[in-house]
Amino acid sequence: MQLTLNEQQTLLQQSAASLFREKAKVGRIRALRDTHDPIGFSRELWTDMAQLGWVGLCLPEAYEGLGLGLSDLCIVLEEAGRQLAPEPWLSTVLLGAQSLMLGGDEAQKARWLPSIARGEALLALAYEEPGNRVELGRVSTSAVRTGAGVRLNGEKLQVFDGHVADALLVLARVDAGHSLFIVEREHPGVSIQRQTRLDGRNAAIVRFHDVELGPDALVGRDGHGRALELLSHVLDRATVGVCAEMLGGATQAFDDTLDYLKTRKQFDVTIGSFQALSHRAARLYIELALARSAVAAAASCADEGTPEELAKLASLAKARCSDAFVQVANEAVQMHGGIGVTDDFHIGFYFKRARAADVLFGDATHHLRRWAALSGY
Amino acid sequence: MSELESFQREIRDFVEREAPEALRGTRQGRFDGHWGGRKAQPSRDVQHWFEVALERGLTAPTWPRAYGGAGLSAEQARIFDRELARLKLPPPLVGVGLTMIGPTLLDYGTEAQRAEHLPRIVRGEVRWCQGYSEPSAGSDLAALRTRAVREGEHYVVNGQKVWTSFADKSDWIFALVRTDSKVKKQLGITFLLIDMATAGVSTRPIELISGASPFCETFFEDVRVPVGNVVGEVNAGWTVAKALLGYERSMIGEAMSGDIADAERELVARARVVCESSGGPLPDDAVRLAIARVAMQERCFAFTIERLRQSAIAGKPPGSESSILKVVASELKQARWEQAVKVAGPDALGWEGPGFDARDLHATREWLRSRANTIEGGTSEVQLNIIAKHVLGLGA
Repeated sequence: MQLTLNEQQTLLQQSAASLFREKAKVGRIRALRDTHDPIGFSRELWTDMAQLGWVGLCLPEAYEGLGLGLSDLCIVLEEAGRQLAPEPWLSTVLLGAQSLMLGGDEAQKARWLPSIARGEALLALAYEEPGNRVELGRVSTSAVRTGAGVRLNGEKLQVFDGHVADALLVLARVDAGHSLFIVEREHPGVSIQRQTRLDGRNAAIVRFHDVELGPDALVGRDGHGRALELLSHVLDRATVGVCAEMLGGATQAFDDTLDYLKTRKQFDVTIGSFQALSHRAARLYIELALARSAVAAAASCADEGTPEELAKLASLAKARCSDAFVQVANEAVQMHGGIGVTDDFHIGFYFKRARAADVLFGDATHHLRRWAALSGY
Repeated sequence: MSELESFQREIRDFVEREAPEALRGTRQGRFDGHWGGRKAQPSRDVQHWFEVALERGLTAPTWPRAYGGAGLSAEQARIFDRELARLKLPPPLVGVGLTMIGPTLLDYGTEAQRAEHLPRIVRGEVRWCQGYSEPSAGSDLAALRTRAVREGEHYVVNGQKVWTSFADKSDWIFALVRTDSKVKKQLGITFLLIDMATAGVSTRPIELISGASPFCETFFEDVRVPVGNVVGEVNAGWTVAKALLGYERSMIGEAMSGDIADAERELVARARVVCESSGGPLPDDAVRLAIARVAMQERCFAFTIERLRQSAIAGKPPGSESSILKVVASELKQARWEQAVKVAGPDALGWEGPGFDARDLHATREWLRSRANTIEGGTSEVQLNIIAKHVLGLGA
């Protein structure tokens, strides 16, 4: 199990770090929010990153990807996470493209994946509903059989990048269980309303009213009615990617706090010289080191391990990143003192993202329970 | 086949062929194995395993062949470790001679010191202990007062050490002594090797709250030590001492990972008995979460050790992250036994004798013993100071 970066990965890490630092500093999400930017991220930056091969990094070469692994993508995601970049990594790459890769048929892959890799098409996964929290199976949206196709009715919430996605992957209840359908945004009966979240991630409410779909809309043809299995594997992989982002965010918030502890003076000394603060900083450093190991192990497993092993390690990584990020962000605000609670200063964005990312795909407690269940107790 | 693969095949053949059946599957913690020394009483199997390993230098796998080691690279040594772990075999030789004073002499000793001491460690002839702490010098180690005064070709040592692990079973002690009391306290310390058979050395065990102890007090009364036993320069012992503490911390951290590997399985098994549960989710959600938390911490710790090893093998400078190992390992061990005692409830209140399960009695003693883990070898607070100052650059 490879837990450190090789030479090629170190180069990737360096170029990703400099690109996000130069073109996508964290303060960008304040401007996007205050100007009510209709897209909420930079299409131009997305295209640039696609041209560098990053968007299609772990898509097969046959679909214009680079054919690398999730562990390679995690390197870019960690750097994106350092600047809380709102580009559609989660919606389009981790959820959308991965769902099609693992469940789509040849026609669906050929239709969407090359265009995603080029930075053109955007996808969104519509799975969350009012009240279903982290229980994937509690789905009210229904797909009723109509001859060869289905009729879709229901409402999805907080669909990441639903406001700009060219197509939506929709989880719906069917006779045999659950299925996943791909629906283009212009399809009659689809209505989309943008939502504003606290953490700079873009989302929308998506409603389906008597949406008539043909048989080619079904994703995962062979496993009809068994979309939860597919999605659970997709979510494990996406969780690892989100963990890399969280690790980046937590590390940046910690680095910024460390700088502050070394420069801010009170009582004629730098505040980092006080044990009341320095020991807490050391504790955060420990938490981050452990979280980094968990993310590296999960990413490596996503490329080389079985889905069963990945399920456990994804839960391990998420539980640790949730705890570490929230803890670092809480302390970052506290240690910055007054400036930490102002909107002018950026540390608050990490605080908000930490809380939002904690809830995403289940918080630490959820993943402790899942770990126990997967371990047989 | 690459060189490493053929090495792996060779070492696997050796272990499969030579390791005594009775030792396989027996390794539980870091105290299992041959400790060496004149007072050692190893079982026949432990002795046999030691001897076959010795023939190949594998009692000190990474030490140079010139001193009786096997001269293995870090990668090769890891393969050997893995083969041992695979069969749950104790290493052929354990102890601070191997993990602490040996590496120190390799880095700071004279050729004469290496030639005298290293082969005797490799051959299990000498067991070492560490004389650092004193009654008035704990976390503030440099405040030590044991004095060494030069008289001709000897130093005459007077004073007392405390918390000397296994001093009563050891043959030699490496000690920090004060050779100058007029300068800043760190600058008047010398690192000295002392034969414990010398007249004037005596030891006395200390009983801990767990009822047992590896610890002793060690007394020096006009002990004459040849000047050739100084490691490094006179009055420059603090540098040597700090380097050795680095080996000690990584040793404690890594060694503990073996102690806690089975924690999850054992805790679940005990909880099932207490909750009268035969399978499926444990009915007590709080217990279930607590066990999962310990298990996750254990996995994160094991992955961290593996990650640091990989970066060391890749030739990256020794990571500052290794400074976290001791504090994490010791707290993890406490968390594990804390949980064992919680799960057992009133059954964990036994000290000895009838009416208590042997496993619960064991857990209770381990729980009591584990309180020392965050104190010995540098308290957690001292570890945090080191991380804050030397890794994070936070200081006055």
